[in-house]
Amino acid sequence: MPMIYVDGQEIEVVQGENILEACLNAGLDLPYFCWHPAMGSIGSCRQCALVQYQNEDDTRGRIIMGCMTPVSEGARFSLKAENAAEFREAVVESLMLNHPHDCPVCAEGGECHLQDMTVMVGHRDRRYTGKKNTYRNQYLGPLIHHEMNRCIACYRCERYYRDYAGGKDLGAQASHDHLYFGRHEEGVLESEFSGNLVEVCPTGVFTDKPFLKQYSRKWDLQSAPSICQGCAVGCNIAPGERYGKVKRVHNRYNQDVNGYFICDRGRFGSGYLNSDLRLDYAGIKNPDGSFFAVHQQQALDTAAGWMAGKKIAAIGSPRASLEANYLLRELVGAKNFVAGFSDQEAELMGSITTILQTTKAINPSIKQMESADAVLILGEDVTNTAPRVALALRQSVRNKAFELAEQMGLPAWQDAAVRNLAQDQRSPMTIVSALDTRLDDVASTCVSLAPDDIAAFGYAVAAALAGELTDNPSADATAQMLKTAKNPLIVSGSSMAHQGVIDSAAAVADALDKATSMLSFCVPECNSLGLALMVADGLGGSLSDLVKRAPKLDALIILENDVYLRGDKSQIDQLLASGTKVITLDIHENSTLDQSDLVMAAASYAESQGTLVSSEGRAQRFYPVHSPAAERLPSWQWLLRLANVMGHKKLSKLEHFDHIVAACAKSNLLFAGLVDVAPLNSFRDRGSKIPRQTHRYSGRTAMNSGVSVHEPQQPKDHESPLSYSMEGLNRDQPSSLMPFVWSPGWNSNQSLQKFQSEVDGPLKGGPSGVRLISSSLQGADLSQQIDKVTLTAHQWHLVPMQQIHGSDELSAHTEEIAELAGRGFIAIGQKVAEKLSVSEGDGLLVTQGEVECSLEVRILSRVAKNCIGYSVGYPEAQGLTAGSLVSLKADATWQRSGAEMIASDKASFEQVISDGGASNV
Amino acid sequence: MGKVLTRNIEPGKAPTDMAAYEANGGYQGLRKAMSGMSPQDCREVVSASNLRGRGGAGFPTGMKWSFVPMDDKCTPGHKYLVCNADEMEPGAFKDRLLMEYDPHQLIEGMILSAYCIGADISYIFIRGEYIVAIERLRKALEECYAKGYLGENILGSGYKLEMYVHPSAGRYICGEETALINALEGKRANPRAKPPFPQVSGLWGRPTIVNNVETLCNIPHIIDRGADWFKSLGVGEDAGTKLFGVSGRVKNPGCWELPMGTPIREILENHAGGMQDGLQLKGFLPGGGSTDFLTSDHLDLAMDYNVIGKAGSRMGTGTMIILDDQTCPVGMVLNLIRFFAHESCGFCTPCRDGLPWTRQVLEDIEQGRGKVEDLDTLEYQINYIGAIGNTHCALAPGAMEPLQSALKYFREDFERHISGGCCPYHSGRGA
Repeated sequence: MPMIYVDGQEIEVVQGENILEACLNAGLDLPYFCWHPAMGSIGSCRQCALVQYQNEDDTRGRIIMGCMTPVSEGARFSLKAENAAEFREAVVESLMLNHPHDCPVCAEGGECHLQDMTVMVGHRDRRYTGKKNTYRNQYLGPLIHHEMNRCIACYRCERYYRDYAGGKDLGAQASHDHLYFGRHEEGVLESEFSGNLVEVCPTGVFTDKPFLKQYSRKWDLQSAPSICQGCAVGCNIAPGERYGKVKRVHNRYNQDVNGYFICDRGRFGSGYLNSDLRLDYAGIKNPDGSFFAVHQQQALDTAAGWMAGKKIAAIGSPRASLEANYLLRELVGAKNFVAGFSDQEAELMGSITTILQTTKAINPSIKQMESADAVLILGEDVTNTAPRVALALRQSVRNKAFELAEQMGLPAWQDAAVRNLAQDQRSPMTIVSALDTRLDDVASTCVSLAPDDIAAFGYAVAAALAGELTDNPSADATAQMLKTAKNPLIVSGSSMAHQGVIDSAAAVADALDKATSMLSFCVPECNSLGLALMVADGLGGSLSDLVKRAPKLDALIILENDVYLRGDKSQIDQLLASGTKVITLDIHENSTLDQSDLVMAAASYAESQGTLVSSEGRAQRFYPVHSPAAERLPSWQWLLRLANVMGHKKLSKLEHFDHIVAACAKSNLLFAGLVDVAPLNSFRDRGSKIPRQTHRYSGRTAMNSGVSVHEPQQPKDHESPLSYSMEGLNRDQPSSLMPFVWSPGWNSNQSLQKFQSEVDGPLKGGPSGVRLISSSLQGADLSQQIDKVTLTAHQWHLVPMQQIHGSDELSAHTEEIAELAGRGFIAIGQKVAEKLSVSEGDGLLVTQGEVECSLEVRILSRVAKNCIGYSVGYPEAQGLTAGSLVSLKADATWQRSGAEMIASDKASFEQVISDGGASNV
Repeated sequence: MGKVLTRNIEPGKAPTDMAAYEANGGYQGLRKAMSGMSPQDCREVVSASNLRGRGGAGFPTGMKWSFVPMDDKCTPGHKYLVCNADEMEPGAFKDRLLMEYDPHQLIEGMILSAYCIGADISYIFIRGEYIVAIERLRKALEECYAKGYLGENILGSGYKLEMYVHPSAGRYICGEETALINALEGKRANPRAKPPFPQVSGLWGRPTIVNNVETLCNIPHIIDRGADWFKSLGVGEDAGTKLFGVSGRVKNPGCWELPMGTPIREILENHAGGMQDGLQLKGFLPGGGSTDFLTSDHLDLAMDYNVIGKAGSRMGTGTMIILDDQTCPVGMVLNLIRFFAHESCGFCTPCRDGLPWTRQVLEDIEQGRGKVEDLDTLEYQINYIGAIGNTHCALAPGAMEPLQSALKYFREDFERHISGGCCPYHSGRGA
């Protein structure tokens, strides 16, 4: 490795990196703005200036930009040189010319990179006496607040939003010192990843809008390492809490998983935690259907009375922790435990878990997926089913560009140069789907096929790879694309609800027969895979089996699961109204809860700890951000106490969370790694627990004085190595215990680099999470039977369309997410729309057997023959089943939403406003 | 000396069309090249001619071309030749003359240059306001396609070239070759970081040469008449002729083709007719708005790249702007800084925010609100904005050149503004 000299100090550097990276790696504080570890260098802000000397005798040197200058053996630099320091100060002084200095009212204040850099360069007094430029801010939707006056024109937002995340509706406009970063007109940002602007912007131009409504300074937030519950990807997050409310969610770096970015569901979809639907108390149902609040012990005693020695069964949950599911399964016995998937989902998850353990392909991390140089997507709209994976796939198509750059000797961090070189040349990506997907814009080939045909296509690719002749040129081309790639990747998943699609993806991966080939499945919920692994023995049977058994049961206990989302309404009604005592643990009100006899208020993910298994098979631990309010308890505690009251032999011996993990790890060979997921409760960093609060956490003694002047004792955390305190160190503990990032002089999230072992590298605290499953050399065992669906005239094949905002049960209860979700819809092609004489925004009646739904029309550009899409998971579409056949007709009674104002009305409206406002109307 | 570049251009004479151009020896260079000269032969002639870029930087044209990967060293795909006709330097109007009155000369030069580097597509990126030139170039292109000078199989040589006129959407920065390339691609006209240089990764990521109009106009004559003839045209160190222009309060402002190395005094006194009556020469910008002031002490210097460089300025486009003794130098510099601050692309901080800051300080001084310490601030800004390497491209350092030399030669004028609390050149203002 080359050696360089910085201010006379010898530093070992990484070949090919730039001097800014080298300085940061060496722990030196070199200020920067436009450079970003994930986005590379463009040299726009000129902040990271150093002096470079030709040789030992050169005493003058010249100013260079750290981010644009590659290191080379023996190169000599100075960070401290007076002219470089003066230049860096001048840059901040000129950035401040138009900055409003509104730090006290700015949401970025206290975690602002611009503040940090200003202090770092030592700039204090401003000589500029002219007027400041001011700008009009834009409405950018419910998630992002815009405050253009604060902009320092670092171009990070544009580069992130357009270049990195593939957004089209935000960018740089105008020029000189009138630059404007925004949309061409006001409106909701289209990207599913817009929230990262909050963290990418080095100052307060783009801030978290929901957070602004209930704002706290970063230093006043109590945070904990957590795992996003929004989907199965398992992004690492750091939610921040104050006054018992989760106020915002920030990205928590995990090199292998989410890196620096999460999706908008993950960032903004936790608003439901603070909603009125949350349960505060346990309750027993009164004869009139209302609930009577009871204390925890009473609830436990009642439940134990209904359960002990009786015929009982339980339903688990793919959105509850492994530990809670494990306890429930042990409590009722494996034969009486149903996973809580729908029948269809159970089958799909079963085969996915089997395939993942038997396929020859690697089940890749997101980081690995970014290295793919050819991608085949079968049936998934990844942006909506596993959003963070889609963002990685967007990066993977850039490998062609990096290859071209390498041939030219251009370092990958030369971002603009690499993009200019490659232009629109991308690594190949083939998307085979029934409908439009949000990755179509970067795909080299899009094939529109009905779900059965997608499976057939997959098998044809597999056949072509095996050297067989196919009559499908497009499958042949895809096979060729995968064959010639170094790191081919096949992505599929359960969202088509189609067994054949999943199997065919596995067939392709195995036919590739390459040590580097990758196969990844998108699965529905945060712990779908963990739960599927738990019930892989098949002892408990399906939900339908349970419905049949229900009349014979004395009690049924349901864990964090609205079973109405898992089956036909009639079927579930039958299950819950069979005379069985129904006990439900959940975090918020839902239809299942209404039908229960006893409910226990479960703590949310932000109030409890647990382990989730991501779609990658990575087990990761989340920790409580704050202790549960009122009479809520984490599900695992409810169940452990219940087991105690019931005198359950095995479970009564367990006392702490760690004991459950250990028992769970022993229960299943695949779970053996669980004990290594995170440090034990007894872990201490230099004798102390890890503080959840920053050392500047304020008002601890006074923050509740509005309620009572008696200062409550800080809650104790007996279950994890984290404390509800500001005392202790947050420095280089294991990565799974990192509640927030902060380092002296680095108050913003840019302080992350102080926690990384090298720029953009792994955390100093080591990798986080444990991979529970790995591929084998055996190859998946697959059936090739595809049962073709026959359509009669005027029937359409119903294809589920997962929506990042709206299809997820929990996040949809967040106000902002609900706004973005809009009404439930039916998505059709232009031809069908013409045939039915409807246009975008009209209503269609969708009839599936006895179910009839009225849904809003959306027109798609790419639709497979005889297919229509529907907004799965939306209340309006409840009852529709993926893969079923439906008929359509225009809904005559439909009211279009958001009536557009025609010009003449607008004029008179404005007249009314100017005449004295709404009171006259 | 006979006129070379302007041999078809006379005041009052109609612009040349194909017939008139060919009648006066036009397309002879092209015919010569296409009948037996290889691209390498042509490149060697151009290299040997010592032709230096006429856009302002004076970079040797042959050397610039030599960085373009040729034959098997080049990955398959297009190569591009782009003519930089985005003439927006304050004080410059020489390219306009060449394009409006002899469009075929430029086109012939471009065909030959494209041939030299193996380009198959070429663009004339032209300032949008040059409506007449755009029209005449388009008409000339039609004539060329009709005659087989453009398109497939040019003059039976097997060489193929497409040529397009692309009017710029505006902005001074488009004259910077990489910003021009971005603009041509439909992107924001921000300059690109170098390396990679356009010669290897330019337009659409492909090898690209961007040359100034006047540079390209020289090529047909060099090919036709040889390198030695070309070198013999200059009277100083540099080869060839040059279009020199003079603007400001002289008796006869205009543009003339003269040998390289013509003394400044000759241009100013013989051709521009000297200062208007009652005015004295105070200083001049020898190469346009982004070059350092020189004064009457420098009148005997030859207009050669290195000579002017050694005197502390640049020959730039060779179009001088004259400052007389009754015009306020602070006002003149302020006017230029206003222009450059407005024309900054906004990409890098020192230029985007530094130039408006400089403008504000100069406005204060010019309008009588200046303070003594403002002069220190100006020196500070010159140091901050003016050094090459501190900024992303050469716009801001260029903008600082008239300011830094004005402070050197006319510091007294700045001080009088401050001490008097008004502009001494504008009586009654700020007093």
